[in-house]
Amino acid sequence: MNDQDPVTVVVVDDHALFRRGVRAELETTARHTVSVVGEAGSVDEAVAVIAHRKPDVVLLDVHMPDGGGAAVLARTRPEHPEVVFLALSVSDAAEDVISVIRAGARGYVTKTISGRELADAIVRVRAGDAVFSPRLAGFVLDAFADRPGATGVVDPELDQLTRRERDVLRLLARGWSYKEIAAELVISVKTVETHVSSVLRKTQSSNRHELTRWASDRRLV
Amino acid sequence: MSEVDQVPGTRAGEQPAPPPTPGPTPAPTQGPTPIPRIRRRRQGSVVAGVAGGVADHLGVDVFRVRLVFVVLVAAAGAGFPAYAALWLFCPIEPRGVRRDVPPRERQQGLALATLGVGLAFALSAVGGQLSGWVIGPLGVVLAGVALVWREADTGAPTVDGGPPRRARWLAGRRLGLLRVLAGSLLVAAGLAAVLLGNVDLNQVQFGLLAALATLAGVVVLTIPWWLRLVRELGAERRERIRGQERADIAAHLHDSVLQTLALIQKQAGEDPAGREVRRLARSQERELRAWLYGPPGGDTGRATRAGDATFSVALAAAAGEVEDDYGVRVAPVVVGDAPADPDTTALVAAAREAMVNAAKHAGVDEVDVYAEVEPEAVEVYVRDRGCGFDPDAVGEDRRGLAGSVRDRMGRHGGTVRLRTAPGEGTEVGLVLPRRRRATAPAGGPETSEEETR
Repeated sequence: MNDQDPVTVVVVDDHALFRRGVRAELETTARHTVSVVGEAGSVDEAVAVIAHRKPDVVLLDVHMPDGGGAAVLARTRPEHPEVVFLALSVSDAAEDVISVIRAGARGYVTKTISGRELADAIVRVRAGDAVFSPRLAGFVLDAFADRPGATGVVDPELDQLTRRERDVLRLLARGWSYKEIAAELVISVKTVETHVSSVLRKTQSSNRHELTRWASDRRLV
Repeated sequence: MSEVDQVPGTRAGEQPAPPPTPGPTPAPTQGPTPIPRIRRRRQGSVVAGVAGGVADHLGVDVFRVRLVFVVLVAAAGAGFPAYAALWLFCPIEPRGVRRDVPPRERQQGLALATLGVGLAFALSAVGGQLSGWVIGPLGVVLAGVALVWREADTGAPTVDGGPPRRARWLAGRRLGLLRVLAGSLLVAAGLAAVLLGNVDLNQVQFGLLAALATLAGVVVLTIPWWLRLVRELGAERRERIRGQERADIAAHLHDSVLQTLALIQKQAGEDPAGREVRRLARSQERELRAWLYGPPGGDTGRATRAGDATFSVALAAAAGEVEDDYGVRVAPVVVGDAPADPDTTALVAAAREAMVNAAKHAGVDEVDVYAEVEPEAVEVYVRDRGCGFDPDAVGEDRRGLAGSVRDRMGRHGGTVRLRTAPGEGTEVGLVLPRRRRATAPAGGPETSEEETR
């Protein structure tokens, strides 16, 4: 990846006002790192724009008519596996968030995020990193929690988090940055990234009961 | 029959008994109609509580209603179908309704019932509308039907809510099964007797008649169950429609109102007016969110109900108050949940104080709150990326952290961990070990302090 080229972004959201707001904010705070190349207001439009523009990153609204972000993911990912999706939503419901992550999004941030943080998140997912907002980290911890009565550990490799992954996720949920986490756990930032990516992989492919339940509520699995 | 009467009463304790209802019951209505429906009485009934229910509904004495039934029964047995219809179509009153029925009233009712039945037989025998050999078997059939229907009543679901008891009456209790069997036997015997009176018919007709009679017997016996099935289906459908409607409303509010509120927060300016707008939008967003999805970090979108006293609800409420009072964004992330008790209440109060400190002194507009409920401990972390401070330099007069946070946690056996340095932001970590109610409270206050960087 060339650091000089700005990351190309398509914004998918059914609220025109919101698309314009995101675009304006990214253009003022991250003119040199992020460039918005397209917008879409519906699932069909999104599929067409993504196929035409082939952006690096798609900012995806979770809730839209005709199936929402998950539908966009289902229709574009087979043809354009290189496009990275970052979910951007006002939703706080675990089933919404978990289901777009399972459909293939590499991160989730809430819409009240500041322009600078959003640009930072875009650059990070572009680089192959997973973006766990504190809220997503909380949901994932909740889903993987070993509480009494929890079921569904079929494949220990996929259905359980390692102790280290859990530590990293906990610190993420507390709002720590990678650098701070690395210093606290005495590991490198690269290792933190590896742990987060591994948590993302488990979230996407685990058969754990809580995760599949959240996803199947939206009929995705 | 009288011992059957007591069966509903013995199970009245299963549900919280509503206050005693004197006289005519202002029966809670189920449908949209405000007119009180007839509810058959559970207590003080002779056969099925129909007369009592009608009396309650009309506001007259039970004795008069019974008298009317007796007269109707005497009039060529018209009272029987009337009674049966009321029995089937009027739901029984909820369990737990207590009323004082003088034993005399019951005896009176029994006597009247006997009188009515005897009168019906006598008059019809004299009048010749029904010949004697039919009357006998028909009486047996009636008794059998009454027995089976009564049994259906005792398993009937309560009228107002309460889980359907389908499982129970399908599983059946031994005594109930015995009664149903006896009733069925009576009906079968009665029908057979009626048929046997018709032996002069030829064989084909007899077979046909037998099949019809069996069918009729089965239909008549199972009417209460069919009716109940229909009622339960209706109730389930209503519940489903209600849930669907709610989901639609939630989706709509989500797509329009929440988006707009998020936008307002982003676009509001930095002047005092802008901050006020942002604060209002935040508080509205929080309320709507709580209504749509339940407490933050909560499970799959269950909505908050009044009286849902859990740790996560209390923490979210505290965060909301701080958000409103100081105009900063406080975003709690909660993993797991626990019922509220004095310990977690103290923890929430301590966390609130830490949030207030961060909002007042850190000079930032966002505070992260993370709480995790584990089997052995509840942890809360309140973090800001603000100016930080030197803990040793805090004056004696500023007692917020020491008094409210540290002492409070100490009294409940918890610990406080403080990480801060000038320019580095602050994180207050509160750890509260969870105790079983049976064990003695943990030892003396224990506070650890740990400073990094």
